[in-house]
This record gives sequence, structure tokens and C-alpha cells, in this order.
Amino acid sequence: MTVATPQKSAETSLYTASQWQLMWWRFSRHRVAVVSLVLLVFAYATALFAEVVSPHDPNRFSSSWVLAPPMRLHFTRDGSFHLRPYVYGLTSARDEETLAMVVVPDETQVHPIRFWVKGDPYTLWGRFDSDLHLFGIDAWEEQPLFLMGADDLGRDLFSRIMFGARISLSIGLLGVGFSLLFGVVLGGISGYYGGLVDVIIQRIIELLRSLPTIPLWLTLVVILPPHWSALRIYFGITLILSLIGWTGMARVVRGRFLALREEDFIMAARLANAPQMRIIMRHMVPSFTSHLIAQMTLAVPGMILGETALSFLGLGLQPPVVSWGVLLQGAQNLRSVVLAPWLLLPGLFVVAVVLAFNFAGDGLRDAADPYAI
Amino acid sequence: MWKFLLQRLLLFIPTFLVISVITFVLIQAPPGDYISSYATQLEASGEEASEALLIALRKRYGLDQPVYVQYVKWLWGIFTRLDFGHSMQWNRPVGDLIWDRLAWTVVISFLTIIFTWILAFPIGIYSATHQYSGFDYSFTFLGFVGAGIPDFLLALVLMWLGFAFFGLDMGGLFSEAFRDAPWSWAKFVDMLKHLWVPVVVLSVSSTAGLIRTMRANLLDELRKPYVITARAKGMTEWHLVLKYPVRVALNPFISGIAYVLPQLVSGTTIISIVLSLPTTGPVQIRSLMSQDMYLAGSIFLLLASLTILGTFISDILLAVVDPRIRLE
Repeated sequence: MTVATPQKSAETSLYTASQWQLMWWRFSRHRVAVVSLVLLVFAYATALFAEVVSPHDPNRFSSSWVLAPPMRLHFTRDGSFHLRPYVYGLTSARDEETLAMVVVPDETQVHPIRFWVKGDPYTLWGRFDSDLHLFGIDAWEEQPLFLMGADDLGRDLFSRIMFGARISLSIGLLGVGFSLLFGVVLGGISGYYGGLVDVIIQRIIELLRSLPTIPLWLTLVVILPPHWSALRIYFGITLILSLIGWTGMARVVRGRFLALREEDFIMAARLANAPQMRIIMRHMVPSFTSHLIAQMTLAVPGMILGETALSFLGLGLQPPVVSWGVLLQGAQNLRSVVLAPWLLLPGLFVVAVVLAFNFAGDGLRDAADPYAI
Repeated sequence: MWKFLLQRLLLFIPTFLVISVITFVLIQAPPGDYISSYATQLEASGEEASEALLIALRKRYGLDQPVYVQYVKWLWGIFTRLDFGHSMQWNRPVGDLIWDRLAWTVVISFLTIIFTWILAFPIGIYSATHQYSGFDYSFTFLGFVGAGIPDFLLALVLMWLGFAFFGLDMGGLFSEAFRDAPWSWAKFVDMLKHLWVPVVVLSVSSTAGLIRTMRANLLDELRKPYVITARAKGMTEWHLVLKYPVRVALNPFISGIAYVLPQLVSGTTIISIVLSLPTTGPVQIRSLMSQDMYLAGSIFLLLASLTILGTFISDILLAVVDPRIRLE
């Protein structure tokens, strides 16, 4: 026997690479997908540390800052460039045309933005007490920092978006988790056993997919008992969203099961007298995990958009809870959008995250079967 | 062909029954029935709601009977008299409230499908025949973006831009002057001036998907030997593409109705709130907020039947267009 030579050419490394290694190579060729994945990791990390990242308490309100416009970051002062950006303070003034009180920038107050400043005290993950914020301005008590403006109660929209990310992003993952559970079980049964069970499950899937989702979700959400706590409503809504979501997952699982059933290695396992459960868990599931991951990634946007739509209509999560959809409720009519266009900003975050999931899922789907050319 | 038709029709009936059961369960699900909410209303307005009155009312509306009897009665009413039940909030039969609104939902969905076709047809062909060109990439990218923007957000942004830059109020279906006017040519033109907004907003996301499938199908067809044969015989490229591969690749236009329609009906519901359109959307949401379940449930039943009818029609059209499906 000869021992393999230590110097590996590119070609041999291609032949000896594991399936996951091959998938990673293929995925990393899809530039947009890689960038999207990084963006998503970043988004979830920010949501995890929302208390630290946001300069203010999301519920800190003040009548003096109602609908304060976003502060602009300035880098040049007296004609020279400074790396540390600063903002102008805000002050109330009377609009000369409408005579209404409006919040306008006051160029006499200059507040440089600093890292790790003290601010509203918070408890991170219900455990760590602190009052350090990633960035902010020193005079935070008299002059809040409104990077994205303030809402109709004078609360900092940027901080609220950071906290809303927690709900909006987690509902996507949790909903897909529920869908995965139903989808794998029902799709697996459908594909593995075939016959009448398959026909029935397929008909149910067809039926569910032909129903208009928003009217169905709306009707289901109303049925959730009104006395439920916010947490239970949150879980209820996630379950309702995955009621349609599992059908896509089940289709992928069933299709893969049907294809794999005919493969030689399954036949070999069967001839080796492997029990059915072992064949499924040990031989079939690993070979379609990658497809499943791709499908899951592509299913998250639907969940996020669903929650946003329900909350936007006022039938999803309710106000003390902050999600991107709840924040968009503030922009429900034309008048408030014209008065304060920055209230639409949470929508920008929704679009960015949904796009990132779609691009990443597209790349994952291409990479899911690295043996195909 | 007739056998296929019959088969599909037979499938339509049990599907409708299943949906009606789901709807009825949804109607019954919130605690209390409409007599108890009527009682609270009476008490709130200071009137006495006597036990005897409530029992009499329950008897009159058949609420003292078992649930399945109520279901059959309700279904029977729908089939024989198009009677969907009674709206508590409006104190009127549900049917009176929804027919013209349902018509608008249908009109908007139908126009959107047509508009989607008009957009997707040339773009799909262009993307497939000029694969990996700059235009192909930009359409692919635009398609992704279009699919990522929630339609209600798009409607809001469009309204805002229209108002901020042109001083237009793009909401509603009619201008103030025509709202209660009888139908006339001027009113029709005015309606068209408003109708394009929801149609464009709704078609953004569905067009993206249609272009993708059209492009993929056409690419598959273009690689087939008969295309090479036709080309070898000296057929002009333009003529060749339109004459054979495009016709085969047109299937998704028809089969697409089946999955685009639920999406459109769903989208119409939500953008109607933003654009204040007289569709079923606003009524459904208001009725859900006040737990007027017969109204909300009936709207759901009708919308669901509508999308299933759409699936049915697309199945038939597909069988007409594509003999392979008929023979299966």
C-alpha cells in the first residue's frame, strides 16, 4: 500500500473534501449570498444585544420630543474634518406657517457622539444590570439622541427598532422551527409510506396553499383568547403563521424521500437489515439536511412579513410589545407619513432582512446539492 | 377532456365543504355567541336584557340546537338563499354588505393578473434569450427586491411620494366629486386614474415570480433539439423563439393563477386598508376587531372559494392549452 503524498493538489482536495466542505465552497462563490449571511448574523447579534446597542430605553417618552426629526450626523466643523461625528441638539419652535409647535435642530448645541457612554439603566437578558450603552451623547438626560427621529410619544425610534428586531427576527426563526416540525413529520410520512396517506396529506397541502393567507391569519388571530399574556400571544401568532408555512417544508421533505427511496444506498441499508427508523434517521435525513436548511432560510421572510402585516393591521402583537410591524402601525395613514416620513424606517429594516434571507437562501439552495453540476 | 373536467369538478365540491367547515369552526370559536354580545350591548345602553328575551332570541336564531345542526342550517341557507348569516355590528344580513365589495376584490385581482402577464411576457422572453446579460441581471435583482418589499409598505411609500411631490391623493377608487355619482364615462376614467395604484403595487411581487418561472422554462426549451433543428433549417431567430418554445413555456402563466390568486386576494386585503379601497379587506378587519364573526367568516369563506375557483379555472385552462395534462 502506498501512503497518500502529503502535498495536496487542488484536484485531490476536491475529491477528498466532505460534503459540507463542498457545499461551503459552492456557497462562497455566490458573493451576494455570503454578504447577506454576514448581514443576517450581524442583525441577529444586534437584536441579542438590543439593550446595549440602543442609546435609549425604548419606552422612555417625553412630550417635548414628539415627532422629533432624525438628527443628522455632522463630520465637519468650522471648515475642518473631525472623525468623531457630532449632532446638533433639538429645540422647540413655532412653525411660521401653521403656528404648530415643531421640534427643530438648534445649531448652538453641539453634542459629539461617544462610545460607551452612560445612559438609561437596563438589565440585559434579565440578569446583568448596567447603564453602559455602545454609543450615545454625554448630555443624554436633557437631550436624547434621535438617529432615526422620535415617534408620536417622543420615544427614540432607533432604540425601538433595535428592540423590535428581537421580536420580528425571532418570530421568523421560531415560526420556521414549528413549520419544520410539522413539515418533517407529515412530509416524511407522506413520502415514506405513500399510498392513501400520501394522497390525503397532499390534498390538505393543496387546500391550505390555495387559501388567501392574510384573511385566514386575521381570522385565526382573533380567536386567540384576549386574556392571554403577551408571551402566549406571541407563541400563538407564530403557530398560526406556521400553519401555512409547514406545507412548503413538507413538500421538500416528501420530494426528497421519494427520490431517496430509490437510491442504491437505501436499498443496501435495507438489505443489511437496518431497522426503518435507522434508515430514516441515519441515511435519509442527513442527505437532505442541506435542502432543508435552504428551504428553511427561504421560509423565514414569509414569517417575518406575516407578523409585520398582522401587527401593522393592529390584529397581531399589541403595543407594549415592540415589533417592526407594531412600529409601522404608527405610519398607517397618509397624514402621519407626510408629517413624519421617518416612521416608515422600520419598513426599511424589514425589507433589508427579508432580502438578505432571500439571497442567502438562494445561495444555499444552489449549494445544497454540491454533486450536481 | 370531459372526464378530466368532471374529475376536477368533483374535487371542487369536497374542497368547498372542508372550507365551509373550517369557516364555521372559526365563526363559533370565540367565546359567547352573538346573542350574548347583543345582551352586553343592550346592558351598555342601559336597557334590561331579560333572560326570557335571550332564550327567545336564541331559539329564533337556532342557537339552542347542537352545533352540527346549526352548521347544516347555515350551509343550507347559503346554498338556497345565499344567506350568510346576520351581521351583529351592522344589524343587517351579511350578504347585503359584501357583494359589491367582493366585486371590487375580484376586479382588482383580475386586472392585476392581466397586468402581470403583460409585464412578465416580454421580460421573461428577453431574460431567457439574453441570459446573463446586463438586463437579465437587473431584472433578476429587481425581482428579488420586488419580492422582498411588503405590498402595504410599497403602497404607503407610493402614496407618500405622490402626495409629497405631486400633491396627489392616490387613496380610494374615486375622486370626491364622483364618489356618489351614477356611472358615467367621466366616472369610469376617474376610476382608472385611481385603480392603477393597487394594480401596480400588487403586481410587483407576483411579476417577479412569474418572470423567474417563465425564464427558467424558456431556457429549458431553448436547449432542446427541435430548436436546433429549426435553427439549422434557417428559421429566423425571432420567429423561431415565438413560434415554438414560448408557446410551451407559457404554461406557468396559466398554472400561475392558482398560486398567485391567493397571494393577490391576500394582498388586496391589506393594501385596501392603506389605500382605503372599497374591497372586502377593511370590512373584514373591522368585523374581526368587533368580533362580528358571521361577517368575518363569510368574507373568508367567499375569498377562499374564490381562490379555489381560480385554481379550478386554471386547471381547466391548462388542460385546454396543454394536451399532456389532459392525458395524464
